[in-house]
Amino acid sequence: MTEQTNVETVGSAESDPGTETGTTNVSSRFARLGGSNRRQILGLLGVLAILVAAGSLTTENFLETANLVLLLSQASIIGVLSVGMTFVIISGGIDLSVGAIIALASVWATTGATQQFGLAGMLFTAVTVACVCGLINGALIAYGGLVSLIVTIAGLAAYRGMATLISGGSPQIVEVDGFGAIATVDVVGVPLLVYIFAATVCLGWLLLNRTTFGRHVFAIGGNAEAARLAGIDVRRVRATVFVLSGLCCAIAAIMLTARTATGASTHGDLYELDAIAAVILGGTLLSGGRGTLIGSILGVVVFTTVNNIFVLNNLSTPIQQIAKGVIIVIAVLLQRRANKEAAG
Amino acid sequence: MAQSDIVGTQRRRFLLGGAVAGAGALLTACTGSGEGSGGGSSQLVGRQEGDNSQPGKNVTIGLSIPSDDHGWMGAIGENAVAQADGFDDVTLEATEGTNDVNRQISQVKTLINKKVDVLAILPFNGESLTSVAEQAMKAGIPVVNIDRVFASKLAYRTWVGGDNYGMGASAANFIADRLDEQGKENPTIVEITGIDNLRLTRERSSGFSEALESRGYTISMSQSAEFTPQSGRSVMGNVLQAQDNIDAVWNHDDNQGVGVLAAIEQAGRTDELFMVGGAGSKEMMQHIKAADGPMAATVLYPPTMSATAINMARLIAQGRDLSDLVERAVPSNVTLHSETVTKDNVDQHLPTSF
Repeated sequence: MTEQTNVETVGSAESDPGTETGTTNVSSRFARLGGSNRRQILGLLGVLAILVAAGSLTTENFLETANLVLLLSQASIIGVLSVGMTFVIISGGIDLSVGAIIALASVWATTGATQQFGLAGMLFTAVTVACVCGLINGALIAYGGLVSLIVTIAGLAAYRGMATLISGGSPQIVEVDGFGAIATVDVVGVPLLVYIFAATVCLGWLLLNRTTFGRHVFAIGGNAEAARLAGIDVRRVRATVFVLSGLCCAIAAIMLTARTATGASTHGDLYELDAIAAVILGGTLLSGGRGTLIGSILGVVVFTTVNNIFVLNNLSTPIQQIAKGVIIVIAVLLQRRANKEAAG
Repeated sequence: MAQSDIVGTQRRRFLLGGAVAGAGALLTACTGSGEGSGGGSSQLVGRQEGDNSQPGKNVTIGLSIPSDDHGWMGAIGENAVAQADGFDDVTLEATEGTNDVNRQISQVKTLINKKVDVLAILPFNGESLTSVAEQAMKAGIPVVNIDRVFASKLAYRTWVGGDNYGMGASAANFIADRLDEQGKENPTIVEITGIDNLRLTRERSSGFSEALESRGYTISMSQSAEFTPQSGRSVMGNVLQAQDNIDAVWNHDDNQGVGVLAAIEQAGRTDELFMVGGAGSKEMMQHIKAADGPMAATVLYPPTMSATAINMARLIAQGRDLSDLVERAVPSNVTLHSETVTKDNVDQHLPTSF
């Protein structure tokens, strides 16, 4: 099942997918969703075009290459997180612990003991620590039968606590040669960070849209019971999406650690909210079962662009916060309209 | 606004101070050459002309600081902006405050892209902003580092900040003096620290405990709050439960002090103890002045340092020096004194409180 074939069958959609009970078979269920997804993405591209116009009209620097490169490298970190978050939310869960996992992975990778093993040791540690955190979340949710909201709120507190404990509360400076290069190296004028972001998005897109696993993620988010009856190992899929989210945290932690040249227990503070906001802005339903990765990435880019324009125009934080709130509300209103139109 | 008036006063005072000291140096120079004692010294002195309030070439100062989610940080931003407004030859490019190091790095990079003449940066944490500050220095943009120190000396031209260790020591000395007067045996001394994972918190604590020990006292209990009135209220509430009798409290931060004080008042234990604050908020200074409760003193961590930093940044960009120093350039390190504000001198400090 692919998005392309979804789109073709849109015309036959009859009921509102958001309220559908899900007794129909899984593939026809999300066959109806392609149209509103496409509309969502077109809408976001429209918003982005307006922002770019506003940015280039109000400031001289906005369209400069240096600024656009900067904008993308800042978006990279939240962008990587939102890839994992898209999987989690489509599967019907939520992961509030991602910011704390970044903190823990970054300080563990930058302890003196870990840095002894050089670049490879640091990367290995960051990935292992973050994936184990994801696995703990996933196991408690899938096999322990706990609600993801509760488990990841617990994780949010516990992982950041561990990060503070391990680092003794002080930022740890990266001494290993080559690690900082992850954030400073440019390939054809574009920072490596942006390539890492792009690679994560491509792999995530393939996994979500071109594999059986991806179909299962949509299926359990749409209706877990129907998916179980259809023979899907719901628990394993559910645990796996949290490990994937952990893996994305590892990548984000490595990027942030390189960009700041430190591991700190304050890293990633409130990133969970930024990632969730971007995913929802991108059209993924908070209730699960529907969404696109491309939408999430556009969501991140929209937020980062707004922020960038505000910086260039010297606007204040409160105004930016208000704008962020307004953007989210407008996006959700548009989403509802798109859903109704799709429903005919 | 009242704030800009205050800063205006502060600026005038700074400039006046500079002018007076400059004139003093000029006098010394005259007498020096008049006596004709040392040829070497007459080369060093006697070159001061004019004061730094005179307009110089136009410069653009880029400013990046954390969110103003705290009274002190709010004052830092307001003071810097007001100070820059006072100069006709300064354009300020102030970015929005943020507590996200990733975002602050982007802001500083934006300022570098805009090719400002000089940067004034108060990093959310010094270690994480070090590499971007180094990039600015490499790009030929001098960095004035305010308060939270960068990890490398290569990352800044000048540092202006408070003395955290000195705050702890000043608080300890005030408390020890008063306990000596009271002649208490084994007094209970409580410390309410700020956010634990900031280096400044550890410095304040070690200054406090080391100075107390040198006076023969020890800390009975130390708990950390988060610089907010709410965290101060809840932490002090628990401490009051844990200790039947408290003689003295040092609270690291006047913002959380509002909550600490509320906890003491609501427990009805205002007569049992005295309290020393930190940083110097207006509200706490007013309590000290009115002597209406346990607040006996506060040790300063002046938020005017950002205004001083703007002065330094301007002079560095204009290639000028501090006319009251013998040196021909702005110094690389300015550590402000952590003065103890009591009922006796509170009137002098109220105008610059936040």
